[in-house]
Amino acid sequence: MKVEEKLALNKYAPATQAHITVNKGLCADCDLRPCVYGCPADCFILKEDHVSFSYEGCLECGSCRIICPKGALQWAYPQGGFGICLQYG
Amino acid sequence: MTEKFDAIVVGGGPAGCASACVMAKSGLNVLLFERGQYAGAKNMWGGAFFGPQLKELFPNFREEAPVERFVTRHTFSFLTKKGSTTLDFKPAFSGPPSDNGFIVMRAKFDKWLAKKVEQAGAIVVTSMLVDDLLLDGGRVTGVRIGKEEFSSDAVILAEGVNGILAQKAGLCSGVSADNMKQGVKEVIALPKQTIEDRFNVNGSEGAAMEFVGSCTRGVPGGGFLYTNKESLSVGIVVELGALVKNRLKASDLLEEFKEYPDVARLIRGGKTVEYSAHLIPTGGLKMMPKLFSAGVLVAGDAAALVLGTGLILEGANFAMASGVAAAETVITAKKKNDFSETALRDYERLLREGFVLRDMHTFKETPRLLKNTRIYDLYPEVVFEVLENILENDGKPRTKAYKIAGKVIKTRVGFARLLSDLWAMRKMT
Repeated sequence: MKVEEKLALNKYAPATQAHITVNKGLCADCDLRPCVYGCPADCFILKEDHVSFSYEGCLECGSCRIICPKGALQWAYPQGGFGICLQYG
Repeated sequence: MTEKFDAIVVGGGPAGCASACVMAKSGLNVLLFERGQYAGAKNMWGGAFFGPQLKELFPNFREEAPVERFVTRHTFSFLTKKGSTTLDFKPAFSGPPSDNGFIVMRAKFDKWLAKKVEQAGAIVVTSMLVDDLLLDGGRVTGVRIGKEEFSSDAVILAEGVNGILAQKAGLCSGVSADNMKQGVKEVIALPKQTIEDRFNVNGSEGAAMEFVGSCTRGVPGGGFLYTNKESLSVGIVVELGALVKNRLKASDLLEEFKEYPDVARLIRGGKTVEYSAHLIPTGGLKMMPKLFSAGVLVAGDAAALVLGTGLILEGANFAMASGVAAAETVITAKKKNDFSETALRDYERLLREGFVLRDMHTFKETPRLLKNTRIYDLYPEVVFEVLENILENDGKPRTKAYKIAGKVIKTRVGFARLLSDLWAMRKMT
């Protein structure tokens, strides 16, 4: 089962604004790209020459905040009430 | 800006709810903020809860709380590509099920906890993310949400593993991925009867299963499987630093884990209904932030109060106990109307007198010792090989078991290395 299919099963209250923003300038410089491996929701996908980011499926674990070696992320939780709404947990 | 609270609690998990409950019951004016739409909306775990703290706070929780099952069977497995070796612990019960583990699902359980907090007299406000702490000359005097300010004598930070506010308050300086484990989990729905048949449990009985070995491909961590009422919680926990260094993804490891025969036959025919992830602070004392300063106390995951020894995995009871200790500290401070750092020192004393800081000290070397990758990629194979060679009948005259074991150890590990690992591991669990 793909991560994408699993995320589709989750309940989210989608926010209209991203709670995490990526500084693409700093990001382009990174050859380790730990975010691609560290994000359990595949929010960081390696495209040919860059990492593309989408916040919608975020599980709000905070892994990317800790492993980004470039300090390229402006990380915050989604606004109160938005984001993942676990039904089981 | 009108009302001033005695205490503001940030976070509606076990730490926050326990502290709010105790303070409200003693008559304090308490406000709790939870960023989810309901308490538990952002929380996940394996998981089983260990009893005494819960019982102390809510003596009737057995009847009231949404407990999925009671842990009556606990298994520990070494997984290898060739097969597995399992220790299956099933105490015989007469009377009520063991107090040693209650399997709960956090979205339901934390919601129940928050309801108890309200019943105790505290105000619980959900869908509210606290943006910042209010500071007055180095003393925390409340919180800010957007443009609104809420002031209080004390703030208890029970904000969870990503201690954003604790960091803003200068209580911790940031964390390393080597001190964090990432847990990913699927909830897989199965009929109640199927679960009971497959796991050999009846009624409210349940199983907790831990797996160590090839399922994490050499990364410190393991797999788990817990029985809920009508679903299974199946997941992988791995050290974040080692995970990304090895260019592995927890989501891939989880898919592989589900394909091991030990797991596959238990989850067969089930339907995944939720996928979640969370971090666990596993660095122990070394990563613990400063627990308090003037007007503020840190409890639960935000304070890295988690115990994982390989055999024992605890956190929610540490969260509750630290929440209670923080609450008691604030209650005393309120009586003296002194919320200075010196007055709040009581918090650390209470944690030292109870099990929280004592256990953290007893197992202070464990986080380092659990980084020995041989635990994950070599020893499960060695155990399997020894048993395989003992049990196999190849038609030739037999050799004594200790000689077989000796030979496997000599070729796979080396005696000196085994002895030094065992010597180190005595401090681990």
